[in-house]
Amino acid sequence: MRRSGVAIVGVLIGMLIGAAFIRRRTAHAEHVDLYFEDGSMLSLSDGSSGADRLLPLARKLLSDARPG
Amino acid sequence: MDAQQALADLTEVSSQIQTAVVFDDKGKVVGSTLPDGEPFARAAADLLAAAEEVNTGSSALTQLEVATAAGSVFVVREGETTIAATTAAAPTVGLVFYDLKSALRSAKPKPPPKPRPKPDAENGPSKPKAKPKPKPAAKKPPKPRKKPDAS
Repeated sequence: MRRSGVAIVGVLIGMLIGAAFIRRRTAHAEHVDLYFEDGSMLSLSDGSSGADRLLPLARKLLSDARPG
Repeated sequence: MDAQQALADLTEVSSQIQTAVVFDDKGKVVGSTLPDGEPFARAAADLLAAAEEVNTGSSALTQLEVATAAGSVFVVREGETTIAATTAAAPTVGLVFYDLKSALRSAKPKPPPKPRPKPDAENGPSKPKAKPKPKPAAKKPPKPRKKPDAS
């Protein structure tokens, strides 16, 4: 009885750690968000054709902006 | 307020913004936090142009955010003026856009004030204003009635 309780707690802790890891990864994922005049928004994730074109330009811009 | 002052205020208010450049639609740098803002402005204009090509709809692109592992790039355009900025990774997107828009509005040159309408020469000098009518004197309180003599 006690063993099964410990196992359930262990599984729950593992699920929480996994969820936090996935959330952290998706939040920091490279992406492009475009906002238009009519209020619409287009989000391009890394790997899409639009993002693949814009991300290198942004990386260059960031490296140019860094001093030194 | 000029663009340079607006950018100084922006970097003071927002700790997330690392560099920012304001430029017009011809690529002319109006204000910059970098010693030489020209290459940054050119790269931001290229990024904006490339993003416009991605757009398939009819609505104009007004702002964008490109998030990379090294940091984020923000571009906001209002009319002929554009502001581009960089931040560290995982910024507070809404807050950065708000600060950039505020800075852009402060940096924009204000339109010259409208000239005052001149008095019409053909109609001659304008009539002097009629004097306000004096207020009617306050009513005097009615005199107390005299009681008829008892005699």
